[in-house]
Parts: sequence; structure tokens; C-alpha cells
Amino acid sequence: MTEFNFEPKIVAFLCNWCTYTGADLAGTSRIQYPPNVRIVRLMCSGSVDPTYVLKPLLDGADGVLIGGCHPGDCHYQSGNYKARRRIIALKEILKAVGFDEERVWLRWISASEGARFAETVTQMTEELRKKGPNPMRREWAV
Amino acid sequence: METVIPVENGDTLAALRGFLRLLLEREVVEALLLPVETSAGAITPALVTDPALLDAANPLAPVMGVNAAPLVGAVSVREPRGRIGALLRPCELRALVELVKLQQASMDDLVTIGMDCLGTYDVTDYMAMRADGGVDLAAFLAGAQDGLPQPREGYAFRDACSMCENICPDGADIALELFGADLATGLPLTVRDELAERLGMSPAQAANGRRAAVVRKAVELRTAERDARLTQMQRRLAQEGIEGVLAACIRCHNCMVACPICYCKTCLFRSPVFEHEPAQYMRWASRKGACRLPPDTMLFHLTRLNHMVLSCVGCGMCTSACPAELPVARIFRAVGQQVQAVFEYVPGRSVEEPLPLVTFKEDEWSSVGEE
Repeated sequence: MTEFNFEPKIVAFLCNWCTYTGADLAGTSRIQYPPNVRIVRLMCSGSVDPTYVLKPLLDGADGVLIGGCHPGDCHYQSGNYKARRRIIALKEILKAVGFDEERVWLRWISASEGARFAETVTQMTEELRKKGPNPMRREWAV
Repeated sequence: METVIPVENGDTLAALRGFLRLLLEREVVEALLLPVETSAGAITPALVTDPALLDAANPLAPVMGVNAAPLVGAVSVREPRGRIGALLRPCELRALVELVKLQQASMDDLVTIGMDCLGTYDVTDYMAMRADGGVDLAAFLAGAQDGLPQPREGYAFRDACSMCENICPDGADIALELFGADLATGLPLTVRDELAERLGMSPAQAANGRRAAVVRKAVELRTAERDARLTQMQRRLAQEGIEGVLAACIRCHNCMVACPICYCKTCLFRSPVFEHEPAQYMRWASRKGACRLPPDTMLFHLTRLNHMVLSCVGCGMCTSACPAELPVARIFRAVGQQVQAVFEYVPGRSVEEPLPLVTFKEDEWSSVGEE
């Protein structure tokens, strides 16, 4: 793949109850969004271990999206509050070690927000296209 | 209660041993966990129940081979356990506080004996120094009267010690206060009142009362040194990235083993998650043209940063343990400073303060995720 027709790859970790269902709604509502996202369904954004986010980034994914229920709406009461702190810590660490932390997005998207899911993926794809490929993409020594 | 252990013939170590013996004889504790000198001259932590064997105790030796906090965890984590006194340096005390919060140690039935830390050498340097004319403990301790003792010529303190500003044993039940004291005549200490009573101690003032001023100056010097070294590391990380700074890592996992806080019984990186099919390696190599083996070296370090950095007390055992002599602890402190500030968390400060990642407030960072 040349830089000219670079298409960003996004790995998305979506919670079963809100964001994944939102993505499903975007599909059933036939809302168009870029095919750049690979979705992994998890039971809760609170079950996203930082390692899940780091592994694709170090292997060359251009961005990672974590999607969960809006604060107050977590199916397990507090998973998304814990995810929030965990992802904030992760992004601070990435920033501190010289990695572009803007490649990691955390978004609250409910089951009824199919349009918001599509917008988020569109926006993220655009932002990553501007950034260009993740420098780790060709870095064999990580 | 503030008091002083009298020192005879300038032998500070003998006076300290006498005090420790008293703790066992008066049955304040049943055992002491503290650094002991073996007949071969190595300093190792030991759990001592026989007062006579305290003749080999040597907590003042300026060497740190292990952080003893996990050992305190091993002897305290569940009942039945002994009533134990643990003699710890400030970084060991702080690591212990973190382990208590991680449910890997318990302060119940534990008497913590903290001590001002004058700086430590790596084991290799300490043993080399012993062979090279011996370690002059009296001269080393004398250096604490006016400030920070200097390392012997031709030797350096451990990197973590040279930039450590947490040199006092805050929160210990018994605190040995070496800074500012003429240790050839007396060893000042602060003892919790009920313990002092059981030990039959009476209050006494340190003769010169200079500790506060000496500590203030020492902390200032060390803070400046810390800032200089961490700023340099932050600059390196920004320029080279962590993959540049840690490029020479050989993935021995020593940093993980030496870390007092890294406690998982089954580490992800030693689990079958990282055992792959032969074909998987070929896929990785084909995708990037080559893949480093073993793979996932940066994933290992970044995951460790995520797991440990909020609790990192800066003891520097990771750097001491690194065969590639990588500045692991400097990275952890440099990154830790930034991340800990975000959560207003100071590792090792208090067992009451919850770990940042096991607690939350509903009304915090409310704009995050809503963009």
C-alpha cells in the first residue's frame, strides 16, 4: 500500500450493551460510514485492558476506538467510570513515552445512537487519514 | 516519643543491634525482618527470632539488593502469622503501603521500623568495595551529620538513590533518624508512645536538634537532581520514543521480577497468551518484513507501565536488575510523575488513599467521551 492511497485501519472495542448495539443500529438503519473499522465486541468498556489497546497499536493499527455506555448508563453500574480512568491513564502514558495518544479515542455511544456511531467512525477515519500511517506500521523492532 | 539510643565507643551498629534485641526480649515482636550480614559478607534480608543472631544484623550497610516490601508481604499477608517488626528503608515502606492496598501484605500485627536513607550502592559495587579495602561504616554515617553522605571515590550510589528526595521514613512506628545526628555518640529515634512504654524508654532530645535543617537541605539537593535527570529522560522519550530508549532490552523480565509492586502470580507475559504457533511468527515477519524475537518487547514495557506506574515508588530495583543497564526506573519515574499528577496520587503516602484505578467519581472528566 502506498502513502498515496493510505487507508487508516481502526480497531474498535465496543461494549455489548450500548456501542455495539449502536453500531448494529447504524447498519440496520443503512447509515453509510467508512469500512475502515474492525470491531471487537466486549461485554463492557470496563473490561478493556490497556494491553488490548496497545497490542494493535504496536502491530501497526492506525487508531483504536473504545466505545461504551454514557456515564450513568453502564449495564454493570460502574464499568464505564473505571474505563474512563483507565483510558485517561493509558493516554497519559502514551503521551509521556512519545507516542501520539490522539490515535486512541474513547467515546460514549448509546444503543440508540446509530448516527453518532457512524459520525464517530467517519470523523476518526478522517483524522487518522490526516495523521498518516502509524509510525509503528513498518517498525519491525517493537 | 523522641528519644536517643546511646552509642558506646563510636559503634553505632552495636547500639542499634542492642535496641533491636530489646524489641525481641521485651516481646514487642516475635521476629524481626531486617538486613543481615552472612559470614561471606553479603547483606540479605532475614527473619530473625533468636536475639543472639542479631549480632549479624546490619541494617546500616549502604547496599540494596532487593526491595524487602514483598518479603514483608510474604510473612504478613494472611493469618496465622507472627508479630513481626520489619526494618525498612523509605522506598521499601512506600512499596509496602502500595502492596497493602493491592492486598499483597498486611499491616496488622506489624511493627514498621523505618530509617532515614543515606543512599545505597548496587550489590556488585558494595561487594567490590568490601574487597577493595572494606566499607567504612563510621565514615559513611559521619557524612549524615551535615547533609548527604558522598559515595566513596570511584563508586556511585544507585541511580534511583542519587535522585531520591523521599529520604525519611514517614509513617513508620519507629523511625531511626540518622540525618543531622552525631551517630558516633547517639542514635536518635521517634517511637510510637505505646511502644516506647513497653520498651521502657524515656524521652530524650537529640543533642544538636539539626535534623530538620539537614533534611530540608538534602531534599532540596535531591529534588534538583531528580528534576534534572527526569527532564533529560522526558526529552529523550519525546525524541526517541520508548522503543528508542529501551532498544537494547533483551526481554529477560528481570525488571518485572525485581519490582516490589509487580505482584501477579501468573504474569500475562509468562502465560500461554504469548506462546504462538510457528505459522504466526511467519505471518508477523511477512507483514512487516521482519519481526523482532521474542516479539512484543515494547508491549511488555508499555503494559508494565500501565500496570505499575501509578504505584511506582521509585526504588530503582528495575534499573539495578537490568543486565542491559537500561534506565528503566528513570522512565518509570519520568512517566509516573506525569500520570500520578493527573490523578493527584502519591504512591506510598497512605493506606487510606485508594489506588486511582480501583476507584472513581461519577462527576469527573465529564467531557471525556462526549466529543
